[in-house]
Formats: sequence, C-alpha cells, structure tokens
Amino acid sequence: MERPAWAPQGIDISVPSVSRIYDYYLGGSHNFEVDREAARKAMEFMPGLPKIMQANRAFMRRAVRFAIGEGVTQFLDIGSGIPTFGNVHEVAQAADPDAKVVYVDHDPVAVAHSRAVLEGNDKADVVAADLRRPRQILDSPEVRGLLDLNRPVGLLLVSVLHFLEDEDKPFGAVAELTEALAPGSVVVVSHAAYAGIPLPQERVAGTVGVYKEIRNPLVMRTREEISGFFDGYELVEPGLVAMGNWRSESPDGQEDPYALSGFAGVGRKA
Amino acid sequence: MVPAEVPDAEAEPDGVEDRLRRFATIWSRAIFPATATSLTRPEFEHHLLPLARRLRDALHHKIFDASPAHSVGAALVAAHCTDPETLARSLGVVDAYLVLYCGATADPADDLAAEELRARCARLQHALAAGFALALRERTLTEQEAIARSALAARGAAEDALHATEARFRAVFEGAAIGIGIADLDGHVLEVNDTLTQMFGGLEHHVRSRNVSEWVHPDDVPQVWRMHGELIRGEREDFRTEKPFFRNDGTVLWTNLTVSLLRDVDGVPQYQLVLLEDTTERRLLNLRLRYEATHDALTGLPNRTLFFERLEKALAPARDTAATDAKETAKDKAGDGAEEPAENGAHGDPGARPKETAPGTRQPARFGLCYLDLDGFKAINDSLGHSAGDRMLVEVADRLQSCATAPGEMVARLGGDEFVALTTGPDTQREVNDLASRILGVLATPISLDGREFTVRGSIGIVEGEAGAFSAAEVLRSADITMYRAKSAGGNRFEHADAEADARAITRHGLTTSLPTALERGEFFIEYQPLVHLADGTVHGAEALVRWSHPTHGVLGPDRFIPLAEHTGLIVPLGRWVLEQSVRQARAWQEELAAGTFGGPLRINVNLSPAQLHHPGLVADTVEVLERVGLEPGSLCLEVTESALIGADEDLLKPLRQLAEMGVDIALDDFGTGYSNLANLRRLPVSVLKLDRSFTQGMQQHPADPVDIKIVEGIVSLAHSLELAVTVEGVETGTQAEHLRMLGCDTAQGWYYARPGPPEMLHTLSLADAV
Repeated sequence: MERPAWAPQGIDISVPSVSRIYDYYLGGSHNFEVDREAARKAMEFMPGLPKIMQANRAFMRRAVRFAIGEGVTQFLDIGSGIPTFGNVHEVAQAADPDAKVVYVDHDPVAVAHSRAVLEGNDKADVVAADLRRPRQILDSPEVRGLLDLNRPVGLLLVSVLHFLEDEDKPFGAVAELTEALAPGSVVVVSHAAYAGIPLPQERVAGTVGVYKEIRNPLVMRTREEISGFFDGYELVEPGLVAMGNWRSESPDGQEDPYALSGFAGVGRKA
Repeated sequence: MVPAEVPDAEAEPDGVEDRLRRFATIWSRAIFPATATSLTRPEFEHHLLPLARRLRDALHHKIFDASPAHSVGAALVAAHCTDPETLARSLGVVDAYLVLYCGATADPADDLAAEELRARCARLQHALAAGFALALRERTLTEQEAIARSALAARGAAEDALHATEARFRAVFEGAAIGIGIADLDGHVLEVNDTLTQMFGGLEHHVRSRNVSEWVHPDDVPQVWRMHGELIRGEREDFRTEKPFFRNDGTVLWTNLTVSLLRDVDGVPQYQLVLLEDTTERRLLNLRLRYEATHDALTGLPNRTLFFERLEKALAPARDTAATDAKETAKDKAGDGAEEPAENGAHGDPGARPKETAPGTRQPARFGLCYLDLDGFKAINDSLGHSAGDRMLVEVADRLQSCATAPGEMVARLGGDEFVALTTGPDTQREVNDLASRILGVLATPISLDGREFTVRGSIGIVEGEAGAFSAAEVLRSADITMYRAKSAGGNRFEHADAEADARAITRHGLTTSLPTALERGEFFIEYQPLVHLADGTVHGAEALVRWSHPTHGVLGPDRFIPLAEHTGLIVPLGRWVLEQSVRQARAWQEELAAGTFGGPLRINVNLSPAQLHHPGLVADTVEVLERVGLEPGSLCLEVTESALIGADEDLLKPLRQLAEMGVDIALDDFGTGYSNLANLRRLPVSVLKLDRSFTQGMQQHPADPVDIKIVEGIVSLAHSLELAVTVEGVETGTQAEHLRMLGCDTAQGWYYARPGPPEMLHTLSLADAV
C-alpha cells in the first residue's frame, strides 16, 4: 500500500531487515537476533552468501574508483544499508577528498545509523527515501544541497534492485533517475541472478524463500532483464558480467567461486 | 631496528625481509577466504605485512614482551577479520611458520636458541588470541550499541513524526468544517469533532449518547440503512447520500453524509467513519429558489412554469399519470411527513407496489382546466393605478386559492389578470364545472379598495378531457380561445371549449397574432370615400378607410381588425400610418388642384379610435405629420365616435381641444347611436356631426318616413345653432339626397355618390362632377 508522506513508517526491530542481514554476512554486529536467524537460515541453503556480499563490496569499490577516474566526483548511493567499512564515501574521498556522497535508504534504522556515522562529514549525507519514488529522492534537500545535478553523478544501485518486484516498476524508477542525470554520469548496478551461483537452483531457491518469508522478496533476474536498467546509458567494458569479473584486480583463478554469481556493470551517459 | 620499508628487499633473495614477506603471503592466503574485507588479495597481503613485522620483532626483542602480538590480534579485527576462523588460521600460521621464516636474524650472533623461540612464539600466540578476542568483544559491543542506538533514534524519530502526524490529524479533525465522527461497528460513538457536535445543536452528550442506529429520520431514503448494513458487514467500503437528522431541539439537520468502513491491517472491519456536511442552509436556499422560480411574486400563487409542469404531468399518458397522481396526492396529504415511512414500509422491495396503482383497475385519467381572465381589469388598473390593481389581483388570487383546496386541484397565475385552475380529481367533468362556478361565485363579492367597492367579474374558458390526448400548449390555447368566447358573450360566465367555436375564435386569434407583422409587410391599404356638398353636388373631401389585404382571408374591413388592433395596442402605430398616408394623399390632391389638373377633394377625414384618443402622443404625432407633409390643419378632419367621448373628462378632451384650436376639424362620428347627449355637445371641441345611417334609412323611399324627417330636422337645427356642420352617412339614393339637402344637411357620403375606392377613383368622380 502507498504510504502517504506524512505517515511515518513504524520501527519494528522484531522484523528482520535486509540491511542488518547484509551486515551480518559481512561479519558485522550491527544486527539483532531476528536478523541473524534469517541470515543463518539463508546460509543453510547458500553457505557462500558472505562471499557474494564480499564480492559485491569489492565490485562497488572498483566501480567507485573507476568513476572517480572518469572524473565523477559526486555519488548517489541508493539502498546504502548499514555502513560498515569500505563505504562509498570512504572509497571516494580516499581517492578525491572533495568527493560528495548522498546515501539513500528506506530502512529508518539504517538511515539513523548512517547519520551517526556521517556526523561531522559535511561532504556526505543520508536521505530516508524509497527507490520506488525517485522524484522524492531527486527533490530531497540533501540531494539538492550536496549534489549538482547539472554535473555528472555516479548513481549506485548496488545490490538493491533485486529487492524491487516487477509491480514496483523498477525499470521506470531507474529510468526516472538516470534520465535526470547529466551527461557523463555513470550508473553502477549489481543484481542477484541464478546465473553463476555454484549451486543447484533448488538450493538458491531456498534462500529466495527465506527472503520471501521476511517480506523482502529477492527477485532474481536474467542478464537480459538486468541490462534494461542501463537504457540510455552505454555499458563500459567489460559490459554486464559476473561481479567478480568486472575489472577484477585479483590474479586469475584466485576469486572465490561465489564471487562469480550475480551480474554487475557500469553504464555511462553520453 | 629494522626499517619498516626495505627498498632493497628484492636485492636480498632469501634475506630477512624476503622471508618476512613470504610469511605474510602464507598468512594472507590462509585467512583471506575467511575475511569479509573488500580489499583485493594483494592489498590484503600488503595490509598484513606490518603486522607480520610486529610479530617478528617481538619474537627477537632483547627483553621479551608479548604485547605487540596483542595489538596484532586487535588489528586483525580492525581489518574486518571478525570471523573466529581467521583467528584459528592466524594462530596456525604463526605456530607453523613464524619461527620457520622469521627465526633467524640478520646478525646470527643475535639469534636465540630454538627453544627460546618456540616458547616466545607460543606466548605471542596467546597474546594475539587475547588481543583478537578483546578487540572482537569491543567491536561487537560497540556495534551492538551503535545499532541499538540507531534503532532507538529511528524509533524516536518515527514517534516524533507520529506525534506530529497525530497532532496534525487532531488539528484536521478538530478544525475541519465538516462534521467527523467515528463509531465502532456496534454503533457506539467513539469520537466526534466539535463541528459535528455543533451541527447537532452543540450538546456533545446528545450525539455521543445515541447509537448510530438511532440516527434515523422519517425522510431517510430507504436505501440508506440497507447500505449501512452492508457496510457494517464489510460488504461495502463506503456510501454517500443526502440524509436528514434530528438536532437536539427536534429541528431537522440536512447533510451530505459519507460513511466509510475502516479496517485493521488484516482487513477486518473495525470502525465506521462518518463525514457530515451541513446542507440545511443550502437546501433551504434551493427550496427558496425553487419556490421563487415556480411562484408568482405578487400573489404567491404557482406561476406559469409550475403550472405547466403540473399540467404536463396531468396530461401524461394514463398509467404514469395514475401513479404520479397517487404519489403526488400522498405527498400533498402527508404534510408533516409523519405517515410516509409507514407507506413506504417495504424498503428495498421494488416488487411491492400499492394495489390501487395496478394497471387496468382505474379509469383513464382526466383533467379539467379553467382559464380565467378578469373582465375590465385594464380599466381598473388604468383608473386606480397599478398599486390598486396589484392589490386587487392579490385579493382575487386569495379567493381563487380558496376555490381549489381538494387534492389534485391547483390555481396558478399566468400573468396579468390571467389565472388558471386545474383539477385532476376522479370526476373532472363535474368538478371542473363546480370549480368554475365557485370561481365566479367568489368573484361576485365586491372587493374593497381604498374604501371603495369594486365588482370584479371574470370570463372563464373550460377545457376538460382525457389525459394523453393533448399537449399542454394545445389545452391552454383552447382554454384561452374559449375564454375569449365567454368574454365576447358578455363576460361573467364560463364557456366550454368546442371545436367549431374554437375555429371561429382561432380566426380571430390568428388575425390578432398576425396583425403586428401585417403592418411591417405593408398588408394594409387605404380606400377613400368622397364627401359631397349637398347644396351643389361638388366633392368636398374624402374619408380615409383602412383595409387589410390578408394573405389568406382576403381583404378585411376595419370592423374585423380594428377592435383587435385596439386590444393589442397596435392601433397606435396603425393609426399613425393611416393618418400619414391620408394626409399625404390630401396634400397630393391639393398640389394637383393648384396645378389645375384636378379639382379633387380639399379635405381629408381620418378616423380616430378610442385607444388613439388616450395615446399621449396624439397631438404631437398629428402636428408632426401635418408639418412634415405640409398640409394645413384646416384640411384635416378627425372623426371620433360619440361613444368614445361619453363621459369624457377634460383630460381626454384636452388633446382634441388643442387640435381644434390649431384648426383641425373634429367630427363626432356615428352621432345618434349612443346617448346622443345633446347638452354635452356644447363642451365638446367638435365642429361636425356625422349622423348615423340609421336616421336616413327611412328617407330612401318616397314619401319619406315623417318621424325620421322630424328627427333629422331637429338635429340639423340644433347643430347649426351650435355652429356645427352636419354630414350624413349611408346615402344610397337620389331621393335620400334630395330630402337631406332640403333638411339643410351640409355634406353627405354614401354609395349614391361613390363606394370607397382607390384615390384615382376620386379623380374620375370629381371630373365627372365637374362636367
């Protein structure tokens, strides 16, 4: 149900949160027992889940560095979750101390945590908003205040689009965002897929089932479907590939097999 | 001390630094798969190198201290090696490879005994494990505290937002211009806002204490409670309707009501939400506007609009009319509405129809209509003024209202002094006559105005018939025509419509309606009848006589249309047209006379109708025409009938006097047909008497009727003594002409000389005359 802007979302920490589950996969303690319980259930089907998350983090790190190399110095990270380590602003500001980052999440706890982490950093901010309502993100005072939409922006949609079901119109939402960005902008996408996971599909389906149970369905998409998010953007080399294969910096054959699951790619607006 | 960075490491294969790197590589390979770091393997290995060096240095320090290993354990945790497996693997690597790769120093003299190295290595492991555990515990606690604090902060923010929202809701609820109430599904009122309380009269207790199911009103539309039941059962989400309520004081509150069902998150019905918009004022205003649109402002009677609505209903095809009638009647009778709900008891069952409206058990509906026009009202209005006329109409309206009190009867004012009464009762043939009699009866009593009593009479046209046969307009026209027939028959009576009489009247009616356009289309023309000097037989002048060349009825004489023109007021422009045409003709004759081509009539006689006499522009119009055309006033003679001047006061005579003073002759037409008030003759500004043809008919034969001779002789003598010339009409024989000449009459006209004809005929006549 659409929730009017003035009605706050309730905070119920007895319900698992994908942000905190993700944190748990990464060995963090920014989580509660309900989150860990769900994570452990998911890991029963896919023990390598943390490796996928790790590969995802590594991809994001490489993509941000790539964007900086392309001259992009402002970032909009949607579905940023619980900041643990190697966050966008750390990576970006390590490469360019003036880089600006706005995080967006709809999980109020994640937002509160981000706010605490970012305190004192006047080049990074966080917005409580939903990817399903892109206009609210673009029109938020934080985005308006920190980012210059007339200049290129790095839009990060890392490990978030697979939480939007088709009825949420994810392609439309992404298009509204990417269309609003200036030429030279890049969009960074990583997305869950059955392809590449070194497990029988039934096992993976078990994990998908866990997410369904916690009312945060995980939507697996094909490579072709995922490439639809890059409409109007040109995929940079090597295109839409397994996360671990996107401009990998590790010596060949040393990647964890789980790192080859899911798809990742970076598109650039001409 | 060994420098942190050794640039020549490569230069020393298998040297101390190279071996340290190899140890770090082994370590990195062992724990990388268990870490969550986003660093690449080379980066991670590079990250471990200083930690490895710290371990090696501690291993060789002169005074052994295990605490650097403690910090290495903590550093591992800081590098996100939080999985206990990384500790196990790290300890395994230190145990197996630290002494092996880092046991030797650059200077062999400093090397420790193997046993000492093993012991130190073990203690470094203990310290590393402790450092790791401590850091992990610290990190876990810190993160747990952070996330808990974030959760609290988020919850606080949500609660603040909730409070703000609730405050806003409360403000909306309290400040809304519409009434809002919430009740549970059993109808217990839980919350009402102030607006709602005020709507009900201001007593909150009155609203709260009553169950929603008690909010019934007799005027509720039947489906409102059915819809409410559906809503309570969860079969309907909301409904909207117009609904009345009783206020505290028993008065009625009209509202636009919206009721919505509120469900909980699982969709189970919980509450009913009531939104009320007070429409009482608007409704009253609408009723008022409707009343004003359908009632006559002066008398308060239904007006033409409402009457036509009712008439059309009464004339609608029989079955519908029967049903409508029954309903109307019920509504009219109900009055206070108390018995209506009982009548409509079978809510929501369209099959249950009252038996008496079943088709076939009732005679076809009939209607009866009385069309009333007051006799002589115009005269009253003119003489007493509009205000008195209006008061008279109000009185008449009140009396008429008292005549139509039965169900199905109504009285309306169509405008002016025209009223209608309609009956749709069960026996209209009898009822409509009774109604007309009652109307004439109530009019019989004189009406008192300004202390004077007036008797108002009326003419009524009655149309009675079966519904479904005529349109409202047809019925009304027939009634109108019939009313005129009653009026023509002397008034103060009613007549029934009949087709033949209608046809005659319709001709009259048709003439009346086509009169105005006839003037525009030039359908009128003038014929002239010569006036001859009896003494010498010369043409003295001519009388102008207007004709109407009607496209379908042929040429009509003035007796057919002048009264109609009088009635419609067209007489004024028509009269002006006749005057101008005649004056122009006279002027033309005079010019021909001056040119010596024609010795035609010198004078022109033009008839003035009573209405023209009353017209304020008479003198000005006449003068204007004479001046414009260039005719001497003395060449014009205006003929006024004797009856038009009966009882004429000085105001009426004044224009005639003015015209007479200018030199215009005034002739008293048809003299002898009215009162022939001889005494009155003295004060009239007339110079000619026109004797009616009835006096001269007895002189057509020889010898003439001696009585007629005497009378005419007397009149001529009297006229001459008053210095009035005498003209005789209707001279048809030479004998007549001779008698009249002998009696001293001055001029004559009639068929003996010439019938009325075109102006050229006068020409011929006068030529003949001259011979």
